Parts: sequence; structure tokens; C-alpha cells
Amino acid sequence: MMQEITTTRGNHLIDPVLHIWHGEVALYLFLGGVVAGLMIITGWWKTRAPDAPQSRALSLLPWAAPVLLSLGMVFLWLDLEHRMNAFRFYLAFRPTSPMSWGSWILVAVYPASILLAWITTPTDLRTRITTKMPFRAAFERIGAWALAHTRLVARINVLAGAALGVYTGVLLGTIGARPLWNSAILGPLFLTSGLSTGAAFMLMARLADRERVVLSRVDMGLIVAELLLIGVWFTGLASAGGAAQVGLSALLGGPYTAAFWSLVIAAGLVAPLMAEWLEHRHQAIPGRFAAALVLMGGLALRWIIVYAGQYTGWASHVAAR
Amino acid sequence: MSRIRKRYGMAVDTRTCVGCSACVIACKTENGVADGFCRDWITTSTTGAFPDLTMTIQSERCHHCEDAPCVGVCPTGASHYGPGGTVLVNQTKCTGCKACIAACPYGARFVDPRTGAVDKCTFCVHRTERGGATTACQDVCPTESIVFGDLNDPTSAIAQLIAKRERYTLLPEAGTRPKLFYLT
Repeated sequence: MMQEITTTRGNHLIDPVLHIWHGEVALYLFLGGVVAGLMIITGWWKTRAPDAPQSRALSLLPWAAPVLLSLGMVFLWLDLEHRMNAFRFYLAFRPTSPMSWGSWILVAVYPASILLAWITTPTDLRTRITTKMPFRAAFERIGAWALAHTRLVARINVLAGAALGVYTGVLLGTIGARPLWNSAILGPLFLTSGLSTGAAFMLMARLADRERVVLSRVDMGLIVAELLLIGVWFTGLASAGGAAQVGLSALLGGPYTAAFWSLVIAAGLVAPLMAEWLEHRHQAIPGRFAAALVLMGGLALRWIIVYAGQYTGWASHVAAR
Repeated sequence: MSRIRKRYGMAVDTRTCVGCSACVIACKTENGVADGFCRDWITTSTTGAFPDLTMTIQSERCHHCEDAPCVGVCPTGASHYGPGGTVLVNQTKCTGCKACIAACPYGARFVDPRTGAVDKCTFCVHRTERGGATTACQDVCPTESIVFGDLNDPTSAIAQLIAKRERYTLLPEAGTRPKLFYLT
């Protein structure tokens, strides 16, 4: 029994396989995840112990959230084909569009992350900045409000960070035409990966030893959760219909298999988990090696999923009946 | 008397289509489609075991789905339902984010490199909404295999064909309720 399909269609970036989203989208999703992780972890830290002493690095780390998010938005903007129309995202709210949700979530993320960063900034630095700011009175009023509502700002950061982290996965997960992506697991998976890469990003800074130990322990739990979520994602696809299985085949025997299993699973999850576990077992202060691997793995995860998801689709099933 | 809303659809007769690509060329000419791209195309599938082979030729395009995922994912409202339930793109609102392209299970959309906006079949709405009864692809089909019309009008040629003939749609399992029918 044969089934041979030929087509006269050869549209650029559509045929022979979809290839519309490239590295820019993967970088945006990665940076969005790191920012989500940073906001949740630093917000949670501040909620738990608002007045506990912190290393200077930990106090300044929340500033990385708006900076990395801006970088991510540059990548997102570069991916647009009609860049001058980017403002259109903010002239509409479309409840059925995850991208529309994401655009508006970013509006909440910016002020929330900047306020948290302001709260955590060491007092001496805050005073120096305030004296140099234009509109000083208004600036001081906003800053004073944030300082008086530390827990509220921290909690908003946890919520906005969670929304951002889940959104980066839901953006792909709701696209039914790409069976590899079309899974409810992608939201929690990207959130967990975002938390893990956020913790890893923090571990790259010059933190106090006790802060490193806490973050490293949290990261170990997150990596285990991530491995379990990937297992659930794969199981869901394998037990779904033919299109889902074709989608999964891109990572199980298909062209993205080697990259996924070596860069994401082995080097990006299992190796840093082992390294962190050995550090704890020998009561060593967690270093930057495992953190660097986690960051590489987080980027590889998104890069490979973005590409592999486009490699397969329903279109390969289009045929005469 | 209440007016029944129009519901545009298209039927392609796979018994008479010879895959000459006249519809593809007519569409490109009528709509000024960018070089190297097409809004409609011909798919030929051969199935069976030699010598019992069956060849089916399909003229394909956007299916103008009634539950179009491309409309749902569009963040700006550029992808929308137009007259008669046609699925259209408002190019002035399109950011070229390409979410609709990813969401289309039929691969019917592409980015027009001249504008950066997404382009696709419109069921020649610029003709049909000005009183024209046919699309460009239908006009030139030498075997009269393509029939466009109002599915809600029981006197229309397409409604009668759909009522009488055996037919199928592509990827019904995608749940998009396409309005491009293939007659067998």
C-alpha cells in the first residue's frame, strides 16, 4: 500500500516544513523564563524574610529582571515581519490569543519588577540614585509607597512572574496545528524551567555562601520536577493520536533527537543535577559550573522545542480520502 | 422575514479536476500575489498497491474554517471573519508575528515579503462583495471543477452540490469546520 503526495506549493518558510520562528523566538522565551524565575525567587525571598540581611549581589539581582526582559523584547520585536506595527499589540486585547495575554502581562511585569528592584536596592545606593533622578518628588513618592508595601510588591512579583513563566509555554502549547507543542504540560514545564534558569542566573552572581546553598537546593528540586514534566509530556503525546506521535518522533528518532537528549536532558538537566548533588553531598559551596549548564540547557530546551515543533504538523497528514 | 446570513464556501470536484494549475495562475494574477508564493495550489495523491492505484487531484487553498484557529490566536484582530464567514487578514493591523501561520493546520498562510503582513486566499471577496458571483480560480477552471457560493442559500449551485454529492473535507479531526469541500 502506497500513499504518495505531491504538491505544487512551495511557499517560503512554509514548505517543505514550517520554519517561521527562529532563534529570536527561542531567545525571547528563554529570557522570559529567566525573568519569570528571577521575579518569583526574589519576590518569594522578600516575602519570606523582608528584613533579613542579604548579600549586595542578591539585593541588586532584581534589576536584572527588567533588563533581561527588555533584551527579550528586542528579540521578539526582531522576529516580527511588520515591526512598525508592533504598537498594534496594545490597541487590542484578544482573550483567545496567548500572545495578546503575553503582551499585556509584560505591561504588569515591568513596573512590578522595577518596584521590587527598588525595594531590594541597598539604602546607600537608593539615596544616591534618588538625588540624581529627574521628577525627584514623584519618584520619591512612588519609592516610599513601594517601601511601605514591601510584601505586596513582592507577592505581585511572584504572581506576575508565574503568569509570565506559564505564558511562555502556553504560547506554544495552545497551537493545535503543531502536535509536538499542543500539550497543557508546556506551560508548567516552561515555568519550572524558567524558575530553574532564574535560580541558575542568580547563582552566576557573587552571592553569600548560605544564599548559594539555598538556591542550589531549590534548583535540584526544580530539575527533578522538570525531568518528570518532560516524561509526562512525552507520555501524553505517545498516547494521543497519530499526529501527536509524529510530532513526538521529532525528538525520538527524528532530526532533533541527538540535540534534545544530549544538550537538554544530559548536559542541561542530568549533569547539573549530579554536580549539585555532589556539591551538597560533600558540603561544598555550590559553584557556577552547574548553573552555567542549567542556563545552557534552558536555552537549548526552548530552541529545540521551537524548531522541532515546526518540523511536524497536521499538514503532513493532508491527503485525499 | 429575517435574512439568513451568507455562509461562503467552495466545492472542488475531484472527479473532473485535472490539476492544470489554471486556478493557481488566475489567483496570482487577480490578487497580485508575491513572486514565488501562491494562495492556492494543486495537491496530487496516489494511493493503493500497483496496479490498483487511485490518483486524486485537489485544488487547495485556505479552508475559511468556521472555527478558524488563525483568528483565535491573532493578538491584534488582524485575522478576522469577513463577509459570509470568509477568513481575512487586515494588513494594516498585522504585526507579522506569524502565530496564525503556526496555528493553521493546512499551511494556507504565508508572509508577503513586500509588506511583512500575512497573506492568504480571500475567496476573492473584493469581487464577490461587489456583486460578482465567482472567484478568479472558478472563472478560469477549464473543467468547471470549482464552485463558489453561499452554503446557506439552498438554490445556490454549491448548496445543491453539497446536498447531492459525496464529499469530504481535509483534516476534519483538526476540528476547524472547514468550508472547502471536495466532491467525489
